[in-house]
Amino acid sequence: MDTEALFSIPQTGEPEAVTVTFDGSAFTVPAGISVAAALLVSGVREFRSSAVGGVPRAPYCMMGVCFECLVEIDGVPARQSCLVPVKDGMVVRRQIGAAHLDDASSGEEP
Amino acid sequence: MSNAEADLVIIGSGPAGMAAACEARALDMSVVLLDEQADIGGQIYRNIESAPTDRVDILGKDYEAGRRLASDFRNSGVRHLCGAVVWNVALDGSVDYVENGRSQQIVGRNVLLASGAMERPFPIAGWTLAGVMGAGAAQILLKGSGALPNGPVVLAGCGPLLYLLAWQYLRAGARVEALVDTTAMSAYVHAAPYGVAALRGWRDLAKGLKLLSALKRHGVPFFSRSSELVIEGDKQVEGLSFKRRGRSVRIPASLVLLHQGVVPNTQLTWSTGAAHHWDAHQLCWLPETDAWGRLGETPLYVAGDSRAIVGAQASAVQGRLAALAIGERLGIKTDAARREALLRQFKRYTHIRPFLNALYRPTDENRIPQDPGVVVCRCEEVTAGQIRRYVELGCLGPNQTKAFGRCGMGLCQGRFCGLTVTEIIAQARGAAPEEVGYYRIRPPIKPVMLGDFVH
Amino acid sequence: MSNEQMTVVGGGLVGAAIAYGAARVGMRVRLLDQGDGAFRASRGNFGLVWVSSKGGNMPRYAKWSRDAAKMWPALHQELLDLTGVDSGLQQTGGFWLGFSDAEVQARADLLEKIDREVGGVPFQMMAPSELKQYLPGIGPAVVGGSFGPLDGHANPLMLLHALHAGLRAKGADIITGVDVAEIRHDADSGKFEAIADDGQSWKSDRLVVAAGLGNNRLAPKVGLSAPVKSIRGQVLITERLKPFLDYPTNKVRQTREGSVQIGSTSEDVGLDDGTTTEKIEWLARRAVATFPALAQARLVRAWGALRPLTPDGFPIYQASESCPGAYVATCHSGVSLAAAHSFVIGPWMGGLSQPPPDFDVFKAARLSDPNASFSYGH
Repeated sequence: MDTEALFSIPQTGEPEAVTVTFDGSAFTVPAGISVAAALLVSGVREFRSSAVGGVPRAPYCMMGVCFECLVEIDGVPARQSCLVPVKDGMVVRRQIGAAHLDDASSGEEP
Repeated sequence: MSNAEADLVIIGSGPAGMAAACEARALDMSVVLLDEQADIGGQIYRNIESAPTDRVDILGKDYEAGRRLASDFRNSGVRHLCGAVVWNVALDGSVDYVENGRSQQIVGRNVLLASGAMERPFPIAGWTLAGVMGAGAAQILLKGSGALPNGPVVLAGCGPLLYLLAWQYLRAGARVEALVDTTAMSAYVHAAPYGVAALRGWRDLAKGLKLLSALKRHGVPFFSRSSELVIEGDKQVEGLSFKRRGRSVRIPASLVLLHQGVVPNTQLTWSTGAAHHWDAHQLCWLPETDAWGRLGETPLYVAGDSRAIVGAQASAVQGRLAALAIGERLGIKTDAARREALLRQFKRYTHIRPFLNALYRPTDENRIPQDPGVVVCRCEEVTAGQIRRYVELGCLGPNQTKAFGRCGMGLCQGRFCGLTVTEIIAQARGAAPEEVGYYRIRPPIKPVMLGDFVH
Repeated sequence: MSNEQMTVVGGGLVGAAIAYGAARVGMRVRLLDQGDGAFRASRGNFGLVWVSSKGGNMPRYAKWSRDAAKMWPALHQELLDLTGVDSGLQQTGGFWLGFSDAEVQARADLLEKIDREVGGVPFQMMAPSELKQYLPGIGPAVVGGSFGPLDGHANPLMLLHALHAGLRAKGADIITGVDVAEIRHDADSGKFEAIADDGQSWKSDRLVVAAGLGNNRLAPKVGLSAPVKSIRGQVLITERLKPFLDYPTNKVRQTREGSVQIGSTSEDVGLDDGTTTEKIEWLARRAVATFPALAQARLVRAWGALRPLTPDGFPIYQASESCPGAYVATCHSGVSLAAAHSFVIGPWMGGLSQPPPDFDVFKAARLSDPNASFSYGH
């Protein structure tokens, strides 16, 4: 994983935890927090590479305004991770460039 | 409106939205409130219902005050739709939104826009690097998940939220490496005339002074009157350099939190075609409304920080006043004494505002980047230099620079670059921002999936 | 070479292309353009460089469209070399897609008629199985289509940017924020004067009225007529997407930047360039029916733009007889015809060449023919 996490959540009591994966690595995080928060406390520094210049980007506003926290969640690309609560078993991936369309080359109903 | 489903549709569940809902329900109006977040509270009272006691303690009394409002809201009988992303509000009171992957429409006899504030952009060199966030974002992390910086953090900018965050971090035991304050010397001079009025808001003044003295007591390295901020790093933040009293300073950092005030989130009001004016004190666009927040002759109202920055308590009062005005328009008799009391409250809560606006006025260099390489439109990666070039080509306003260079065409739909672009063009043309104008904001005011329209 | 000064009223795709055409052959040119909030049909252009189905009822227009498309690569390269701005031309053919057998048949009849009357406008009808080889993502709702090898697309905003930059590079004056209120012609000196509503004025030897919807009001001032009606088109645009659509279709195309453009409506609503929920939904549904994968694409922008349409949808290019040296130019295909406007119309209206052959058909007189009926088709 990336280097040391920028944020951490102090352990208080026995919080309910869920497990999510990011680019294949599994992390255990408190239930109910946003995917963006979960990634930040798990050591993810770069969430995506930008669509225009391919430069690394990470969350800025954490409230759904800046659109920097985009990641692929359970197969759906470019989701605002600060607006999505974590769920156990979620599969999250770095968003590389622009979103892609599934089955765009097969014409079948998705 | 014969097909109206509710007397009042409210958008946003921050203090203004929640208070308006409570007030409207007390008048027996049918009220529906939509919010894109899963929980109520907006930004300022984020997670207010489920925050554990120790976190509420860290966050302070102002945050805690939201609990009463949240519980009143829950008991008010309002119909609450969470996870509802509003993408259009029309002048006839119809509100289009997406919920659970489906686009739907609800029609209100009246609509209250209460979408609150957002952090002002801070376009300095390096601000797009990973590891740079808004101080408000860090506060959201604290409120929403209790997350604290893991290592030393540098706070930079100006304004009450910055100092409040530093104070909250200290209470939580997090280490603040430095607070780089960009409040200009001249700001103290410009704020002085408002000092007398500010004294009427002495509770707020005292709160602020207590904050700042606590920071000093804890020995937080405080760099006042800093300028020429540059965030350094290649792919991630590596440090913050700046000038102070003629000397260059560089502080290594992996996390830099920027803040220079909040501005109204005007996306919804602009999209309705409502007139806005440029406020030279708040340095942002404000929708033009009557005394109660009504947009022209429409059934649309605005209340709270999206109407002008007034703070949480004043936002709640504005929400209540809007609800009363809407009630009057619906023919419901409202209590004049209550209205007068609310107006007095509003005055009390906003005594401090002109003083704060003057003192914490974001400096020109931090709002209008001179370095041509600074990214202004983060989504489409358009720089300040490119915008100035389009002005040289004859572009008079942001819609033309958008056409020539794509700035404002990205997913954030101009939210994060709009103010900067208007001010860069104004400066380049030697014209007033009012004359330069703003982006033409159109629906959808938040991106929605095409499949959401297919049933 | 000419020593004359030309004023072009209107800095959109039509005016800028004509102005550029005159400037590039050495004329002194001045372009008058409105401000940031103007209607600007150019901002609503779909971006097609299209030949197919143009001029079904006017063979000369079909020919004009075909010739314009053939000139496009030269304009694209010239502007790129001169200004560094890439107008994004891609000319590898384009598709029309049909959702019923009846409309596919009607399409085949139309294209066959045009090719027969004009010659050199090839097309190919295709069944879904063949369409899928070019457009693998089409959905089951598509029952057939036509391929036009001469069709393509470009970026209308980049084209406008390139033309403006090209004008400056050629030494032309671009004056913005101008609303022309009056145009005067001095019969003795032959000079024109364009007067703005704030009192500024500019004198010239030649004057071209290319002001889109403003042509209604301005063309008569130089003894011409250009009756145009605003017909609104609503268009949707998605987020940037990874490339999946190699060819433009007339209703859905993926731009170079990756965003997908979805169009368009045809509404008679006066000067209202707003959007409606009803049409946004309609366009979205049609796009998803065409390419089902688009269901996952995010809509980022929707806009309405006002097409300046002549009653029969065909251009008006005309020289004034009462005010020699004045011209009007109006059309709604400012992208498709851009190269012809620059290379042919510019020099003609600059007095440096003859009008193109058989151009009388583009005069406004055809619109007063009592035997004709119009439907603002396009």
